[in-house]
Amino acid sequence: MPYPVSGASIPSAPVSSKSDSTDIPFDQATEGKAILAPADVTRVVDRIAHQILEKTSGAVDAVLLGIPTRGVPLAHRLAARIHAFEGIDVPVGVLDITLYRDDLRLRGARAIGHTEVPAGGLDARRVILVDDVLFSGRTARAALDALQDLGRPRTVQLAVLVDRGHRELPIRADYVGKNIPTSLDELVRVLVAETDGTDGVVLYGGRS
Amino acid sequence: MSAAGVPRKRNHDFLIKGARPLGRESTDLLIRDGVIAEIGSGLSSAGAGIVDADGLVALPGLVDMHVHLREPGREDAETVETGSRAAALGGFTAVCAMPNTSPVADSAGVVEQVLHLGLQAGLVDVQPIGAVTVGQAGERLAELAAMADSAARVRVFSDDGYCVADPRLMRRALEYVKAFDGVIAQHAEEARLTAGAQMHEGDVAVRLGLPGWPSVAEETIIARDALLAEHVGSRLHVCHVSTAGGVEIIRQAKARGVRITAEATPHHLLLTDVRATGYDPVFKVSPPLRTDADLAALRAALAEGVIDIVATDHAPHTVEDKECEWAQARPGMLGLETALSIVLEVAFDALGWDGIAERMSRAPARIAGLSDHGHDLAVGAPAHLTLVDPTARWTVDSTSLASKSRNTPYAGMTLPGRVVATFLRGEPTVLDGKATR
Amino acid sequence: MIRHLLSAADLDVDRATLVLDTAAELANLASQEVKKLPTLRGRTVVNLFYEDSTRTRISFEAAAKRLSADVINFSARGSSVSKGESLKDTALTLQAMGADAVVIRHPASGAPHRLAEWIDGRVVNAGDGTHEHPTQALLDAYTMRERLGRIAGLRVAIVGDVLHSRVARSNVSLLATLGARVTLVAPPTLLPLGIERALGARLRTSFDLDAVLPESDVVMLLRVQRERMNEAFFPSAREYARCYGLDTARMRRLPQHAIVMHPGPMNRGMEIAPDVADSARSTVVDQVTNGVSVRMAVLYLLLGGSAK
Repeated sequence: MPYPVSGASIPSAPVSSKSDSTDIPFDQATEGKAILAPADVTRVVDRIAHQILEKTSGAVDAVLLGIPTRGVPLAHRLAARIHAFEGIDVPVGVLDITLYRDDLRLRGARAIGHTEVPAGGLDARRVILVDDVLFSGRTARAALDALQDLGRPRTVQLAVLVDRGHRELPIRADYVGKNIPTSLDELVRVLVAETDGTDGVVLYGGRS
Repeated sequence: MSAAGVPRKRNHDFLIKGARPLGRESTDLLIRDGVIAEIGSGLSSAGAGIVDADGLVALPGLVDMHVHLREPGREDAETVETGSRAAALGGFTAVCAMPNTSPVADSAGVVEQVLHLGLQAGLVDVQPIGAVTVGQAGERLAELAAMADSAARVRVFSDDGYCVADPRLMRRALEYVKAFDGVIAQHAEEARLTAGAQMHEGDVAVRLGLPGWPSVAEETIIARDALLAEHVGSRLHVCHVSTAGGVEIIRQAKARGVRITAEATPHHLLLTDVRATGYDPVFKVSPPLRTDADLAALRAALAEGVIDIVATDHAPHTVEDKECEWAQARPGMLGLETALSIVLEVAFDALGWDGIAERMSRAPARIAGLSDHGHDLAVGAPAHLTLVDPTARWTVDSTSLASKSRNTPYAGMTLPGRVVATFLRGEPTVLDGKATR
Repeated sequence: MIRHLLSAADLDVDRATLVLDTAAELANLASQEVKKLPTLRGRTVVNLFYEDSTRTRISFEAAAKRLSADVINFSARGSSVSKGESLKDTALTLQAMGADAVVIRHPASGAPHRLAEWIDGRVVNAGDGTHEHPTQALLDAYTMRERLGRIAGLRVAIVGDVLHSRVARSNVSLLATLGARVTLVAPPTLLPLGIERALGARLRTSFDLDAVLPESDVVMLLRVQRERMNEAFFPSAREYARCYGLDTARMRRLPQHAIVMHPGPMNRGMEIAPDVADSARSTVVDQVTNGVSVRMAVLYLLLGGSAK
């Protein structure tokens, strides 16, 4: 099977190990259940932005690092909202974790994304990792490893739009947009306008 | 067919019922004392073994002028016995064994040893070919007359895979064997043009990065030898012609009356150089597999008679000599058990059964001086014959061949025609498609 | 991805581009604090070298180690191979040792193809006889893209001993896939007969280097072994250099932007003059650097495939 060229989703059979990525297959024909509407996503992003300001004493020294694919636009939106609320410019970067994944053998090689460290670097900064869904915790684990090779932040926090439970590692998010209890055979898909044309969170599958 | 109750005793009578000699009307054949005693319908003979040959084609026993039986020296690849069994299963009653053994068959002693091994096996007549030069080294003539006078009565001389390169030596050899009506069988290869060569020089070799064996290396020697044979009035036999250009030179020489004969192998009639893609050395052979154009020229020449005979160049090699890098592998392929089927596949329409008998029995027996072989089935003729099921198709399985080696390039191919029985001097060597011993 | 990288022809345009893009990302990571990536931790890469080629072996070794693979160097000299062990037996040994990938350099064309039939791990051809050297072609393509911004439409002259060159074969194949226009320049004795027909794909040949240079964006010089003159491929090293060597005067015939490439090791004064090798146009050092990134990309993409 050919590899997708960068950015595309991975069209593979349902995986045997859980992944936090929402780039997972779902049956387009199946009617998903909308959990969050576009307006809800906007409200949730706003709330996280406020929480970040509170918990980081006004986002001093903060850096937002989006985890591809959808963590990246979410990080930019959080930075924009923080700017709108307080006039503070928080640097935004991209942290590609492809080479740090622990499921290479299971899922195969993927196209490597582009990691971008903001100009000020990461040393002694408060790094906030941004992702769309928190599931097994393996993406966050890989992100922590990747971060270690880039520098030495003062603290590292995690912001996610959705926490769907079923953690496999001792990892928790500092900022959660919405907790969605799910069963393992369900799929949660986060949509963001920048990559999907619309905002939303949709739940697919499960026993009917 | 059946041969129930056949006792294992020599010169038993056999009554072959309903065979079609050369594919013609079916008839009965009575074999007695190693010769064909009677031909006709409704024959009966008390006590004769009955062979039901209904629907089978009877051919004179096939003769292969070019085989490698590897004994003495490489008994791990083949022995005279295993090679003889492979030959019998292929419908052959006589084979000419090339001298590239260890020691080289360049003396009366070695050719007599090979002869005796053949008699011991008793499955085909094994006719030794003598080396032209001592040790096949291309430097001094071997004692050709001693081999001719030996019990092996050698008439065909060849340095096999080594071309007799020195033109003066070749001329002398051609002349010398006139004294006993011998023939020099030349492996035509100008070695200076094939140094390091691994496969046919052409598009596939360029793609595979394998050094090329140019057609012209074969053709220059055929041309030179034809001129030499013409000059001294001697007989020349060209082994395994593989190129369209070689065919053309032989055609012209024959037209001038040069005493030249030529053979083509089944593999050069069926396979081309594209088989080397993948680098499986089972397709490595000398001369190499050529192109579609060469293959077409060879088929046409075989039909026409410019190519006189089919010879297998049966060349068994051990697994170690083939399961390796292409460049390290030894050249050569098995051929005895598949030869007739491949000739049926590529040449039956052009040749018919009579033509196949000519190319695979009568002509090779004539060229090799095997007076006992290559006779049409007639009362009084030696009972060398093979019965072929023309409608059968079979799939080649390298592990079920009788040869000691496995290097068939045809594994997995489904081929027409199956040898059901072979008789050597009236004795069945193959019955029901199985060797009798 | 593909299972093995045996020939540049194994790569279609998407796969070749993926290798180059991946290599580019990996090259960026080379500037981060910790250069070593955990990606292939626990995987074993064997460098099986039947020919001495320190530079290629070191490049593969660095690539594998940067990705945290365990590397075993197995060279023919002083090993069971020099005691007559067959390639197949060596393959079975490596298989038993659990090699996930074998990088093989071998003097026999097609040896990597044979190896791939005998082991479950991935096989990377690091140069086989006079056949191919696909990672060299990939690093050359990478270097062209890096220096000139693209590959499609580039006019590339490959000059020298094409007949014996695995670098030339792989480059012809890959550059055709990526849309470059290749002209092979060599004395007629060192060009395989009918090579345009055999390798096709808009390939051109020329015996006249001076005529080709002004129309070239890239000139790639192949190593020419002096011993070839003993086989009558050309009369003397001096005559070869005079007709086909790239010296400063000839280099001036190139367009302003053109680059000069050489897979190394160079015969200075033979196919390339010292001034040219050290000029700003020369990419020889870049090629070595890029070799590591490209080989990392190849190992990552091959070994990242699903477990067997």
